Amino acid sequence: MKKEEYYILDYCTIKNHSIFKNGNLIYSDTESETLKGFAKSIYKFLGLSYPKFHKMDNLCKLGFLASEVLIKDNVKLDEDTALVLSNKASSLDTDRKHQESIQDREDFFPSPAVFVYTLPNIIMGEISIKNKLKSENAFFISEEFDTELMYTYSKILLNTEKASSVICGWVDLDTNKYDVFLAFLSKKGKIKLTKEELNKLYNQ
Amino acid sequence: MNKGVAITGMGIISSIGDNVEENLNALKSVSHGISRIEFLETRQRDAIMVGEIKKTNEDFVKELGLDSDNSFSRTAMIGAIAAKEALKSANITDPDEYRTGFVSGTSVGGMDMTEQYYLGYHETKEYRRYIEAQHAGFTTQSISKYIGINGYVSTISTACSSAANAIMLGARLIKAGKIDRMVVGGTDALSKFTINGFGTLMILSDSACTPFDNNRKGLNLGEAAAYIVLESEDIVEKDNKEVLGRVSGWANANDAYHQTASSSNGEGAYLAMKEAMEIAGLSIDNIDYINAHGTATPNNDLSEGVAMTRIFGEDKVPVFSSTKAFTGHTLAAAGSVEAIYSILSIRENLIFPNLNFQTQMEEFDLIPQTKLISKNIKTVLSNSFGFGGNCSTLIFTK
Amino acid sequence: MAELREELKEKIIEQLSLEDVEVSEIGDDDSLFGDGLGLDSIDALELIVLLEKDYGIKLKDPKEGKAIFESIGVMADYIAKNRTK
Repeated sequence: MKKEEYYILDYCTIKNHSIFKNGNLIYSDTESETLKGFAKSIYKFLGLSYPKFHKMDNLCKLGFLASEVLIKDNVKLDEDTALVLSNKASSLDTDRKHQESIQDREDFFPSPAVFVYTLPNIIMGEISIKNKLKSENAFFISEEFDTELMYTYSKILLNTEKASSVICGWVDLDTNKYDVFLAFLSKKGKIKLTKEELNKLYNQ
Repeated sequence: MNKGVAITGMGIISSIGDNVEENLNALKSVSHGISRIEFLETRQRDAIMVGEIKKTNEDFVKELGLDSDNSFSRTAMIGAIAAKEALKSANITDPDEYRTGFVSGTSVGGMDMTEQYYLGYHETKEYRRYIEAQHAGFTTQSISKYIGINGYVSTISTACSSAANAIMLGARLIKAGKIDRMVVGGTDALSKFTINGFGTLMILSDSACTPFDNNRKGLNLGEAAAYIVLESEDIVEKDNKEVLGRVSGWANANDAYHQTASSSNGEGAYLAMKEAMEIAGLSIDNIDYINAHGTATPNNDLSEGVAMTRIFGEDKVPVFSSTKAFTGHTLAAAGSVEAIYSILSIRENLIFPNLNFQTQMEEFDLIPQTKLISKNIKTVLSNSFGFGGNCSTLIFTK
Repeated sequence: MAELREELKEKIIEQLSLEDVEVSEIGDDDSLFGDGLGLDSIDALELIVLLEKDYGIKLKDPKEGKAIFESIGVMADYIAKNRTK
């Protein structure tokens, strides 16, 4: 097992109609009335051209956009970049939509395009598809951002050389309330990877 | 070869039996658990076949001795039954004696209850106890509290590979010396939510599923819970524990292809199998049997089959079978259900058959094991693949 | 028939979230899958739901969709012949 130093190279936060990279505000949108509109305005701001984005559910859109911001100024992601994500509400936001579609016996039309998003780990699938990552994925459900778990799991992946870098974090959405934090952990960077730092940056 | 992490206990409930012994007997006597739906209220009742546990929620409440105002979902109740058996089979009376953790995979969580009651929350006070049960983590905590594990408790939700990933996490934590003992696996009950969801994807079969058959029509959903107990070498030596088998290899890889479909070259499955063998320190010649994911959907069996031929070579694929035609696809529990079948396979030197197979797939020259046979088995490779491209492989050794 | 074709184009754009596509950009004979609009297997299933919901046509086997969803033109012909609402 290697005992190298690891760093938090970049981190991204989406909260309160705004998106931050490394603590700096990069875009804010208080005009959009819906989360869908907010996500689309970030998409445009980032100059993305990826039609699959529009098909994602809101949870995936948020995670996907944060990952795009995270890697924006970096070169291509290494194939060995693992994804270790977590949240509280799982895929509840889309689960409700699917549930509503099977509630009424007279108007019973469950949608396959909705159902495919009734799992939280689809976010990681979407990020993997976009960036051609074939690496390890783990998705945890916890009451709140569990720094200990994120740190330990990521550290094991890095130390055992299972991954060259890790994107870890929290992508939570429940009825328009969202909280997104992703951190890119690698051998490069200025902020030393410790539990305390990770926790501090999440709470920033 | 990597020595692997010791497995010292196991517990299971599925449509073919309420405990390990009953499951083994059903596998040995080749009696499957696929039937029409009896208990779940759904419009699909006559349209599909499932692996339903023939017990009502009231039966489980009684069996577990729960209060009448409990908020256990069916998923939590079957989980508690399997986890209890696992502890007992490992002779654990005091879970707090060592640093003990519990990691459970689930995709249904509390939905099997909340989907019945949530429209009534306003009017009916008694239903409201299920509001908090919605959370997947609540399911895990209900089980861990019931069996008395107060240490590290966590929930994994990566669709149908959840339980496999829970086992992988447990093995790693023990290997890294972070913890002494882990109870790991998964649980999922049947729910309208999943039945209608898989229905929209048009991958549910209206008859008994036929894994790896050219004319396969889709999967049968099932319900089950299964947990295994992993313990450190120190405990095994100190307490002179009986070791049932070992988890020696594990890997997870993303297929990076589609939200729900697997790629045509089976890249994710290929990577997971390859890396798991590397971690176990085993080569392709060492694998005695593959317990395939084999859901019997056109897409999965083709993709998994291609991945197997890529790893082993088309004429050198080890004996393989899918046990999904016994239990149905038990989603987040599948990885641990099949972990237990793999351990039983090693213990009993038996290969459990791939039922309902008739016609070889036209894409490759692979025929699953269709009869129960005796074979000296030291190493089993078990696959579990989930939506989101989440592919996991575990390797079990004697 | 022209009306049905236009209606279908609008519905497909809406139902399949093709935000960057305009009705005028979809030709009657353009292929919907593969190189054309680039729809995938989930989109095909979504179109099966659309057939049932809006036109009362129920497909049992997803494979049937392959021929029906070849292009807007083919789809409109099929709907005109088989619709129950």
